[in-house]
Amino acid sequence: MKILTCPINGPRPIDEFAYGGEAREMPDHQSCSDAEWADYVFNRAGAPGTKKEWWYHVPSGTWLIAERHTATDQVARTYLWGEA
Amino acid sequence: MPYRLLRFALSKKHPEPAFFRQPEKLRPSYDAVIIGGGGHGLAAAYYLAKDHGITNVAVLERGYLGGGNTGRNTTIIRSNYLTPEGVAFYDASVKIWENLSQELDLNLFYSNRGHFTLAHTESAMSTMRWRAEVNKQMGVKSEVVGPDDIKHACPEIDLSCAGHAPILGALYHAPGSVARHDGVAWGYGRAASNMGVEIFQNTEVTGLDIQNGRIVGVQTSRGNIKTGKVLSAVAGFTPRITQMAGIRTPIVIHPLQACVTEPMKPWLDTILVSGSLHVYVSQSSRGELVMGASLDPYELHSTRSTLDFVEGLTSHILDMFPFLSGIKVVRQWAGMADMTPDFAPIMGKTPVEGFYLDAGWGTWGFKATPISGKTMAATLANDRPHDLINAFRLERFNEFELTGEKGAAAVGH
Repeated sequence: MKILTCPINGPRPIDEFAYGGEAREMPDHQSCSDAEWADYVFNRAGAPGTKKEWWYHVPSGTWLIAERHTATDQVARTYLWGEA
Repeated sequence: MPYRLLRFALSKKHPEPAFFRQPEKLRPSYDAVIIGGGGHGLAAAYYLAKDHGITNVAVLERGYLGGGNTGRNTTIIRSNYLTPEGVAFYDASVKIWENLSQELDLNLFYSNRGHFTLAHTESAMSTMRWRAEVNKQMGVKSEVVGPDDIKHACPEIDLSCAGHAPILGALYHAPGSVARHDGVAWGYGRAASNMGVEIFQNTEVTGLDIQNGRIVGVQTSRGNIKTGKVLSAVAGFTPRITQMAGIRTPIVIHPLQACVTEPMKPWLDTILVSGSLHVYVSQSSRGELVMGASLDPYELHSTRSTLDFVEGLTSHILDMFPFLSGIKVVRQWAGMADMTPDFAPIMGKTPVEGFYLDAGWGTWGFKATPISGKTMAATLANDRPHDLINAFRLERFNEFELTGEKGAAAVGH
């Protein structure tokens, strides 16, 4: 992957982006158990596949979601959070 | 040229025995199956046979022997870690390394060079002092040295780093060494094979048979095996194996790249590491500079190389050694590093009975090859984690009791 499409600024070189990790649902910290919280904090779906990830376009300060395959490095689509 | 080499030219058949037996077929069952024919897996097979008399063992390798991260690292061996648990573990490894060529009857080109971790900032200096004190407490030779000592050991270095990042001092670790990494896999493989261990290359694990929370077998591309003990020592492939076992771990895969230059006359005797410039460099016995940098910045299950990496790395190397500007990079490659949040490995038992993990070796696994083999063999044989690896258990994440090694295991933080 050398180019990522920012939903605001269009296709931009990958150097302009920072990786923010997999987009995950946070459990309710008031009601979840310690084990569920540890699982959320530390554990990851490490096997290769298409994942929703946070990416950050640094020059414009835009956080976005990219659906990317972590073995082929191909991006299926990008969009702003909530637009899914 | 020694005359005995002539027989290789004159003989129609290869005049030396093969390094290890290559059986045609898997047996229907084994006492233990080791997934991964890299240094760690083969060392575990060797110590299972040697220390515990368990020889009915199969080692399954998806590609070829030592073709994963064992053959892709920058071969640095050291024990100057940050936590007492880490220092004790890696120091035990260095002690095995020192006599390993004799033990395996194979020249591993183990070469004691001394290891400088350069500090360019006051905060880096304070980490160096911290590491030196922990190391001394544990009986490991590490000390903080000044710029003059660095210049004495390596007169070619530009101590100002082109004015960008003047070197204030370093952590000097006398036991720091390099070794020939593929030789380690071949040496352990041959020794294990001689004691009865069976090694299968081009054999991919496609599934694990688990009944009532116990491992009972392994499915492979060559057929199924029954076994009660399975060790996964597969580095960058760990998440695929743990997914088959239904185990969740914090491991995420990032590529780690490295490269070598064309060979030069020997000029760099020591190993140099700079956390601020994100580089480590040593000169191999062939004269090439072996260079590495920090991880690629995002998750990727691939061993592709990038131009970004080699551009960034060489610009930092030139800050340290401007005279290298005419030297060519001749090869670059990547490995898949299985990263953990605390930069310590994950070793020992898992929630599945009889399934053991030797993983989370990220960017720091090669130096641990002998001791991880020895401790994992003991863990398999006794079904109880070896004392040296207790701090590396998978359960530590559930218990919020991490083993923070980031300050000593990584460059680029």
